Amino acid sequence: MELINNINCELVIIGGGPAGMAAAVAAYDAGLRDILILEREGALGGILRQCIHNGFGLHRFGEELTGPEYAARYEDMVREREIPFMLNTMVIELSEKRVITAMNSERGIFTVSAGAVILAMGCRERPKGALGIAGTRPAGIFTAGTAQKFVNMNGYMPGREVVILGSGDIGLIMARRMTLEGARVHAVCELMSYSGGLARNIEQCLNDFDIPLLLSHTVVEIHGRERVEGVTIAEVDESRRPIPETKRYIPCDTLLLSCGLIPENELTKMAGIELDRVTSGAVVNGDRETDIPGVFACGNVLHVHDLVDYVSEEAKIAGEAAVRFIRGEAEKNAGIKLTVDGRVRYTVPQRIEAVADTKVYFRVSDVYRDKKIVVRDGERVIISKRKQKLAPGEMESVTLTKEMIENAGESLSFSIE
Amino acid sequence: MKERALTCIVCPRGCPLTVTLGEGGEVLSVTGNACKRGVEYATTECTAPRRTVTTTVRCECGGVISVKTASTVPKEKIFEVMAHINRTVAPKSSKIGDVIIEDVAETGVAVVVTANRANR
Ligand SMILES: Cc1cc2nc3c(=O)[nH]c(=O)nc-3n(C[C@H](O)[C@H](O)[C@H](O)COP(=O)(O)OP(=O)(O)OC[C@H]3O[C@@H](n4cnc5c(N)ncnc54)[C@H](O)[C@@H]3O)c2cc1C
Repeated sequence: MELINNINCELVIIGGGPAGMAAAVAAYDAGLRDILILEREGALGGILRQCIHNGFGLHRFGEELTGPEYAARYEDMVREREIPFMLNTMVIELSEKRVITAMNSERGIFTVSAGAVILAMGCRERPKGALGIAGTRPAGIFTAGTAQKFVNMNGYMPGREVVILGSGDIGLIMARRMTLEGARVHAVCELMSYSGGLARNIEQCLNDFDIPLLLSHTVVEIHGRERVEGVTIAEVDESRRPIPETKRYIPCDTLLLSCGLIPENELTKMAGIELDRVTSGAVVNGDRETDIPGVFACGNVLHVHDLVDYVSEEAKIAGEAAVRFIRGEAEKNAGIKLTVDGRVRYTVPQRIEAVADTKVYFRVSDVYRDKKIVVRDGERVIISKRKQKLAPGEMESVTLTKEMIENAGESLSFSIE
Repeated sequence: MKERALTCIVCPRGCPLTVTLGEGGEVLSVTGNACKRGVEYATTECTAPRRTVTTTVRCECGGVISVKTASTVPKEKIFEVMAHINRTVAPKSSKIGDVIIEDVAETGVAVVVTANRANR
């Protein structure tokens, strides 16, 4: 039998990670049945399949789960509802008319015309961290996430003597993981004067194993011909320039880079969707709808989340909104813009409409102690919330009531004061 | 009396805790915690610290599958726990919740599977 290579589907979800699965479940529970998830890997679950540590689901399920357990809960929900999904299927194009081009070994290249699309492609690691470092490019340099995949999914240790550059959570988690498997982690170097990772991860992944966290430090040179033989590290000054007198050589066979994540938005760009320069994700409204009607985004493809619980929450918003769009029930009005002062780096959503109370997520650009989160409508302060500590690594949120949005002028401004 | 500063690791919030200890090392008070689990954590952390261990184990099918200790184990036994797990092989059809070790490294704690399929 010939497979039909031009499918019509009411809702297509690109990506079968926690965001894609939660969006599918929410759409199903809102009454939609014609749903299709497209996933390029051989299983549902996304990045959580390799995050075997615990710490997921405290908000969503009230218990501490490992990544694979959290993913399995959602996979079970998808399977119970018999929501269709295609694995080993890579989406290669999205048009502004919501036509998706995808390929797999069974069908070859095929297209799907969608009533609505949810982008849930997640993010990937910034490989950039290594570009500026002097020296050779031997084997033994990996992003922390690649190392995580090797160790946790392929059962293979990428090295024994390790230095980690960047103190994001993945780097911290991998410092512990490599140590548990018998490697020696000599140091975690962080260019900034603070870590972007969670305090609990610094405690349980570094301090527990006496792994030094060297703040305001960077790797200035990589040594070795075929394989990494060592790295030279140095302290940096306030303008993040290495201080020559502080140079120090550390012999090692592996350098892991944990220099942040970047949303995977090639398809989004292809469709001509407006992107936010700060988040590298789409600009969306309260429904998580992009500037192409009927195309929504959620999860790490929209902005990098540190907690998967918030990913599920956001995906539910997108899933339910997509169903309203398909049924022609989406409430629309001009909407207002949310602006930031720079101390607040970005907000998601970036635009909102006065259809309901709306929770706005944001991140700050530096560590601030004992400051206020202030939201203004013109000159008028409408929210002022004191916080003991704000840090770039932790996502914050405030809720704008429907009334506040209705009464607002053209924009609401977010600042830290 | 002595003071000890800790970071709570119970949840992602990571509260900065201050623990006041008596002469014998007993916990007199805990401050800085946002919820009562912080007090529990500070108390065990100052007397007998414990951790959950998550890792992978070889599977009969030739791949690896993720596992965790069913509850926390004494912190100083982490490497013994790892050694025991690394000597173990999970059966082919392992599923979430299956016990693969009943009592790991004499801690009285079980090791359970945390995924429904192995990876290779
Ligand atoms: C190493 C690491 C550690 C973490 N630790 C924690 C933690 O301790 N606690 C916590 O709560 N959260 C943690 N997180 C965050 C959490 O895992 C993520 O926020 C969450 O997995 C994001 O879900 P997602 O569905 O948006 O993206 P992903 O999980 O990345 O899923 C995206 C999916 O889309 C698929 N895809 C991408 N492009 C295409 C395409 N073109 N065609 C078809 N399919 C495609 C991918 O294959 C993938 O399966 C961690 C994240 C990482 C990376």
